[in-house]
Amino acid sequence: MTNAVTTPAVRFAPEHTSLCIEGLSLAYAGKPALDELTLDIPRHRITAFIGPSGCGKSTLLRALNRLHDLNPDVTRQGRIAFEGEDIHAAHTDVAELRRRIGMVFQAPNPFPMSIYENVAFGLRLQNRLKKRQRDDVIEWALRSAALWDEVKDRLHTSAWQLSGGQQQRLVIARTLAVKPDILLLDEPASALDPISTLKIEELMGDLKHQLTLVLVTHNMQQAARVSDYTAFVDHGRLIEYGTTDDIFTNPRLRRTENYITGRMN
Amino acid sequence: MNRKAAWHGLWPWLCAASVALSLLLLGLLLTLLLTRGLGHFWPAPLEAVTLTSGETFAGEVIREAELPDRSGQERLYFIGNRDNSAQDSHGTRFRWVSLDTILKREAPAQLVRLSRSPWGDFIGQLEAFEHSGQRLEDNAAWQALSQALAQPKNARPNARLTLRPLNGEAFIQPLAEVYRASRPNAMSWLSKVRYWADGVGRFLSQGPRAANTGGGVWPAIFGTVVMVIVMSVIVMPFGVLAAIYLNEIAQQHRFTRLVRIGVRNLAGVPSIVYGVFGLGAFVYGIGATVDEWFFSASLPSPTFGTGGLLWASLTLSLLTLPVVIVATEEGLARIPDAQREGAVALGATRLETLTRVVLPMAAPAMLTALILAVARAAGEVAPLMLVGVAKLAPQVPVDATFPYLHLERKFMHLGYHLFDTAFHGDSVQAAIPLVYATALLLVLIVLVLNLTAIFLRHYLRRKRATT
Repeated sequence: MTNAVTTPAVRFAPEHTSLCIEGLSLAYAGKPALDELTLDIPRHRITAFIGPSGCGKSTLLRALNRLHDLNPDVTRQGRIAFEGEDIHAAHTDVAELRRRIGMVFQAPNPFPMSIYENVAFGLRLQNRLKKRQRDDVIEWALRSAALWDEVKDRLHTSAWQLSGGQQQRLVIARTLAVKPDILLLDEPASALDPISTLKIEELMGDLKHQLTLVLVTHNMQQAARVSDYTAFVDHGRLIEYGTTDDIFTNPRLRRTENYITGRMN
Repeated sequence: MNRKAAWHGLWPWLCAASVALSLLLLGLLLTLLLTRGLGHFWPAPLEAVTLTSGETFAGEVIREAELPDRSGQERLYFIGNRDNSAQDSHGTRFRWVSLDTILKREAPAQLVRLSRSPWGDFIGQLEAFEHSGQRLEDNAAWQALSQALAQPKNARPNARLTLRPLNGEAFIQPLAEVYRASRPNAMSWLSKVRYWADGVGRFLSQGPRAANTGGGVWPAIFGTVVMVIVMSVIVMPFGVLAAIYLNEIAQQHRFTRLVRIGVRNLAGVPSIVYGVFGLGAFVYGIGATVDEWFFSASLPSPTFGTGGLLWASLTLSLLTLPVVIVATEEGLARIPDAQREGAVALGATRLETLTRVVLPMAAPAMLTALILAVARAAGEVAPLMLVGVAKLAPQVPVDATFPYLHLERKFMHLGYHLFDTAFHGDSVQAAIPLVYATALLLVLIVLVLNLTAIFLRHYLRRKRATT
């Protein structure tokens, strides 16, 4: 825990904390990717992870919904608590955990099905809703993702015919449909044009009232525009973590300032 | 444009030439099969030939060739009339005639050609049609014969024909033995087309005759198609499950790679080796055991302990398994991990991810695998000779007793029928057109089976892209 002493980081009271990461280390086939990370993620806020390429910010994000379970080469130490419960506890239902911690990926990955079926995918897995109810949830999810007006007349056409920005909002709608508590966004706008990016950013601001958002980005302006808290990660370590205002206007460490002002890389 | 402009010199010509050569050879193959195979059923004109020796005979011109012993040409005639005792060598249906011995060639309109069983074709004159004391002659006889043959077989009158070969005695022919008649020299173009279509229909729907040198190939078509379908039903689940295990479930380490290399190499093992394995393992191994346990009443005559449709299908499944595994696995590997992660991130288990996202996306690849397997299986003959194909099994293995489709029976197969007709028939000249027709049919069947799978695959892809 030597880092904890030197890392300037905000802590939150347990009642405001959604995810609590303690001493998380992670390695791909023995090659370290994350080193003793400790940070809290506040509820109903947007937290951004910034840092140079390969610094481990995406790896950190994928640890939060246990997506690394798919890769047997990944080894992990440390603890992640979601609403006070250890997500690696033996009794954890991983599928349920992933439903509650939704994820949107860098490249839009709609399934090769209709728009309707894409949004219904998560609902069908639970298979609890009647068609009428399901239709309502799908409309709500598409409205929440600011996509309803664009697709309401062609819900049963292929999702692959949508533009990149629409596809990404569809993926967000698909994730929202299963009512997650947390939305993890892994550079959600990096493959999109400026207007689509703007739409996604506006969407994040709206969604903040419903759920907790965690955003990975290498676009510094984006982090400054949308997030409430920013964590700067480099070489698998947490360098500095504070309110976005503090990080961008008054960083405590030289290293953070260098990165933010573009004197790194 | 720039990429194309950068190509200059000999290379593009060389590549284009090889494409052109391949297409040319393929075109030649298809043209040969089409003309020779389908031409066989066309009602060819008949000739009445008078020789310098004074003899007259009737026949169909087949082809001409150089004389073997001196300069000059000779011509091959199909003369039929195997029952005509006046012919030089009794029982031959073909006759070579040197051109310089021919005095006169005519094409009289009243020459008839009758297809009969037994004795094969008759070519000559129809003198009379006798039925219940009435005797009709010449044109009236022909009219009566046409009308009689137009009726279904069991409704035909019990009539007798008087036939006269041009080079022999007139004789009596019962109508019951005649199944087709034509006067090709007097036929209009339209009726020739009808006659041709009728001939093709008979070829497709009837069983073989005259030691596989006549008649149709229906049992062979049926055997080939059923064998390929049974093979597909067996091989697809196994191949797809194996591919899923290799690509989705097994950890990728040295042993998995070894298994994969092994599977790929199995695809190259000569097919006859699979036949030997099928004979040993399926027929003599499993089949004999099944007989001992369940069919001991009929021993020593084997039920499953001999070659049959089931063992042939199993052997071919084994033969095509590597093809299916490799093609399916390639399709699975092409599916981006982002799709799997997307499903997992929504709370899908591995099984749900597999069944709801991965397998639907891999369906076109599975159909590709099926196409490859069918193409390989339909063309195999060598292993079948060991595990159940028969020279003659005129009854298709379907009847009204349970289980209706009898997979333990021997069956006919187009590929083997082709081989048998070409090499084991009693008359090479009679076999040649049938060999071409059968080869054409085999190509067409593979084509139809493949096109079905291709259209299905196209449909699935379209459905994914648009609906």
